Parts: sequence; structure tokens; C-alpha cells
Amino acid sequence: MSQMDLRAAPTAEPTAAPEAGDITAVASGWRLAAREFASNRLALVGFAILAFFVVFSFLGPLVYHTNQVDTNILFTDQPPGPGHPFGTDDVGIDVLGRLMKGGQTSLEIGFLAAAIATVIGTLWGAIAGLAGGIVDAVMMRIVDVSLSIPFLFVVLIVSVRYGSSVITLSAILGVFSWLVSARLVRGEVLTLRVRDFVSAARVMGATQRRLIYRHLIPNALGTVIVNITFEIANAILAVAALGFLGFGIQFPQTDWGTQIANSVTEVLNGYWWLVYPVGVCLVATVMACNLLGDALRDAFDVRLRRR
Amino acid sequence: MTRYLIRRTLTAIVVLIGIAFAIFTLLHVIAPSPGRAALGVRATPQAVHNYNQAHGYLKPFLVQFLDYLNQLLHGDLGFSFVLNQSVTAILGERAPLSAFLSGTSVALAILIAIPLGIYQAVKRNSIGDTVATVVAFTLYSTPVFLFGVLLIQIFVFNLGWVDANVPQSQTLSGALADFKDIILPIVALTATNVATYSRFQRSSALDVLAQDYIRVARAKGLSARLVLSRHLVRNAALPMVTLVGLSIPALLAGNLLIEALFNINGLGLLFVNSLQRQDFQVLLAYTLIGAVLVVVGNFIADIALMITDPRIRLV
Repeated sequence: MSQMDLRAAPTAEPTAAPEAGDITAVASGWRLAAREFASNRLALVGFAILAFFVVFSFLGPLVYHTNQVDTNILFTDQPPGPGHPFGTDDVGIDVLGRLMKGGQTSLEIGFLAAAIATVIGTLWGAIAGLAGGIVDAVMMRIVDVSLSIPFLFVVLIVSVRYGSSVITLSAILGVFSWLVSARLVRGEVLTLRVRDFVSAARVMGATQRRLIYRHLIPNALGTVIVNITFEIANAILAVAALGFLGFGIQFPQTDWGTQIANSVTEVLNGYWWLVYPVGVCLVATVMACNLLGDALRDAFDVRLRRR
Repeated sequence: MTRYLIRRTLTAIVVLIGIAFAIFTLLHVIAPSPGRAALGVRATPQAVHNYNQAHGYLKPFLVQFLDYLNQLLHGDLGFSFVLNQSVTAILGERAPLSAFLSGTSVALAILIAIPLGIYQAVKRNSIGDTVATVVAFTLYSTPVFLFGVLLIQIFVFNLGWVDANVPQSQTLSGALADFKDIILPIVALTATNVATYSRFQRSSALDVLAQDYIRVARAKGLSARLVLSRHLVRNAALPMVTLVGLSIPALLAGNLLIEALFNINGLGLLFVNSLQRQDFQVLLAYTLIGAVLVVVGNFIADIALMITDPRIRLV
């Protein structure tokens, strides 16, 4: 409890500012959230890990040049040593370079799928919440139905049928994972739409469209942003599962899940460098997203508590 | 209470019909011409057309859907043209092993997670709590198949405690005969479940600890043990029912990945093999069963919670 009180204390001073328009209110909320976020060490750790892997995957290959296309059967399964800090894999490709390349696709799909899911989910939830009545009931029953169908199953079936590039996989993952954000945004909108500033906007003649884009979504953004981090983690896990089962990105492209699938056949030969490095990359990235999400939730919680 | 029951049952039925519709639409879009699958690539278009005509695949979409619903109600999940067998029979063969695997690991996970989470909440911020939180958070972020690979690396390769085989038998009794070989898959599934459940149990117990009735129980001089067993455990463990219901999709996914990794002949491996064979009848039938399990599981969880928790009955 004492910790909570301490957190709440600095909020007293921005509250003194007049509540003129929603813009200043949001801005101070944002600043508060940012301050809370910066004071949360775990959040910074999560952010740092995620930033590290983005830099590692996308800028790493600019510094560390390897051949990621041609196989070399004379240098398969080499243990870590000079020239190959993390060894080579079963077709003689440098593992460190492979991790970077796999990280690119895993992160790209994670971010892209989360973006697609968030856009669909936010709009769906906002429209359902604002419309209410029968429209809301139907839209949310669709969400209920889709949430009941096991996510990984559908994604596997559809990706087997429609191929697996970064774009198609992101689209498939995004299209099937917007449900949670739709529910969250609808919940937010239901509480927002009866608030005075929405009524005021209505009285001023705002269209539904304007209400959604200018008033409801910006105010539900905290929830949405928290959810994005979990969406990213889930998408990275899902694409890893796809890769692990052999339905992910195809050679010479790769992703972390595909690399784990390769390691399965090698683990009993004792080629540990094919197991641990990729495992660490995957777990650390997902963990960073989850840490970030937990921390952001705390950060935005303060903002909500203040009101 | 009766009103809640009726309303809850009606929503469940609506959702079930919606699921059947979604699965049917998916099947229709992905595998539009069963005649082609049944007769093979060499069949003439005319033969395919005749087959589709004879088996009712050219009827209007909605009529076909009603036929499909009728089929489902009679326990017929369709026909696998790849295996030339009824889907119900194929799934029935594989189900016991998967049910055993998932059931055992869920039961173990609950038995571990409830005491663990409550211990963490009671001893909040102690070393034990911190260690458990860190381990659970790491496991929570680890895909189950990667955890399985790590288990193989450590316990099979480095320590040699377990053999690298898994029971290849199709039947449950056969698998149980080599119980030692099925330990690693169960450990992998249990551990990932414990990670999810104990996080939830910890926060649920923390919520209960902040309640007034706990303060009252303490203030009237009940011993710490009685407060724990009479007031805390009961109230904090109840929401676990809902969580287990909600975690069914994750359980099915975990089952699939672990069966694929350890090559266990259950429904999960069947699903992966069917993906390779593009056997959409089997794939969508299992997806349908999974979805039905989710709905039924959540339904049972809600009802169980209503029976055990008097507060909900008032709603």
C-alpha cells in the first residue's frame, strides 16, 4: 500500500492544471505514464532487451557478414570457434548470422501481425461499443465464436493452404488474433461513451466517425498499447510454433522457430550450439515483450487511478 | 439462478452453432471440391462434377450447412479422403492418449500451482516468492516445444536419466506400459501450465488477502493457519476453475506441439501429419472438437463456479 501511495503522490501537481480540453488531459496522462514507465526498472530492462534484438537482427548483418544462402557440406555442425563464434548448423551455415536473419523475420512478423490485429481489433471494438444494441450483440458474438476456435489450429490450417511468406504469415496471424483487443477496446468505449466530453462532442454535431477517431480511440489508447506488447509476444510465439512444425518461413529464409526445429534432430548428437543460442534469443525477446506489457499496464493504471 | 443457467446455456448453444458455421465456411473456402480430393488428380472434370452432384456438394451453401449440422448431430464428423476412413473413427482412435497426456499434466499443474501461488502471496517479496516469480515468468515466455527440447538436451543427452524413446504404441495401455518414457512430455506440459496458473493464483490470493474478511478473521484472533485454510485457500483457489476453462485452447496447442516433438501418437501428431497431407477434413474436424471443448469447458467452469461461489448466484 505504501508503494501505491508514493506513486500516487506526484499526480497531485498536474491535477491542479485546469481540465480544459481532452488534449491537455491526455498529454499529462501520457507524461505521467512515461514518468512511471521510466521509473520502472523492469520496464527499462524489457525495452532494452527488445531494442537489443532489433539492433542485433537488423543492424547486425551490416557489421557481421556471413553467407546465409549457400550451404557448405564441408563445414557442417562445426562447434563454436574462430570464424564462427556460435558454430555452424547442419548445412554449414554460420549460426550467429542465422540468428540475425531468423530474428529479422520473427520480429517483422511479430510487429506486423500485432499492428494488423490492433487496427482491426480497435476499430471493431470501438464500433461495437459505440453502436450498442443489436449491432454490438452480433459483433461481440462473432468475437466469442472466434475466440473459442483454437488459435494455433486455424493459423496452421490457413497457412498450410495459403503459403508462408513474411507478409502472408503476418496477415494470417493478425487476422486471427484481433479478438482480445476488440474486447478490451469495447469495454473502454462502453465506459467512455457516457462521459461528458463525448456528449459534448455529440451536441456539437460530431459524426460517429469523428467520435470514434477523435474521442474514443485516443482515450482507449492506453489499453490498446498495453495489449500490443502482448500481441507481439503471442505472434512471435505463434510463428515460432509454425516454424517448429515445419510450416514457417522456407529456406534460405529462416526464423527462430525453424531453427529450433533443426536443433531437435541435432540435440542428441550433442550439438548444443544449435539449441541454446536460438532458445535464448526467442525466450529473451518474448520475455522482454511481456515485461514491457506488465510495466506499461502499471504505468497506465496510475493514469486511470488519478481520474 | 435458474435464469442465469438458462441464459448461459442459450449463449453456449448460439456460440456452438456459430462455431459450426465458421468451421464449415472455412472448410468450404479451403477445400471447395471434395470430389477432386476423393477421386484424385486424374479424374475427369465431369467425374468430379458428378461426384460432387451425387454427394450434395453443389447444393446452395446454406443447405449444405444444414446438412453438415445434421451430420454433426449424428456424430458424423465427415470423411477423410486421404485416409479413406471416417473422421470420427480416426479421431476416436487417437483421443485416449491425448486425453491422458493433457489430463495428467493439467491435474498435476493445478496440484502444484495452487499451493505455490498461495505460498507466494502469503510470503510476498520473500526470496522464495521472487525465485518462483522469476522462474514462472521465464517459463511463461518459453514456448513449450523449446522447453521440451531443453529437457531432452539435459535429461536425455547430458544426464542420461531417461531414454530417448517415447512410447510408440497407439493405445493408452501400451503407452502406460513404458511409463518412464512419457515422463518428459508430461513434465514439459505440466511446467508450462504451472507457470500460467501460479501467476494467476498468486494475484488472486493477493486480492483475497486485501479483503476485509481476512482482516476480521485475523482481528478476532484466528491462528494464521486457520485464516489460511478456512478463509484464504477456499476463496483464492475458486477462480482457478475459470482459468482452467479459459486455458483449454492453450492446452490443446501445447498438446499438439509436445506430441509433435516427442512423436506421440495422439491427436496432436495426427493434426500435424494431416497438415502435411493437406487432409482438411480431419484438420477442421479436430479444430471443431477443440472449439467445442473450449465452449463446454468454459460452460462447466461457469456452472461449477456458480455452485461453489454463492456470490455469483445473486446475479
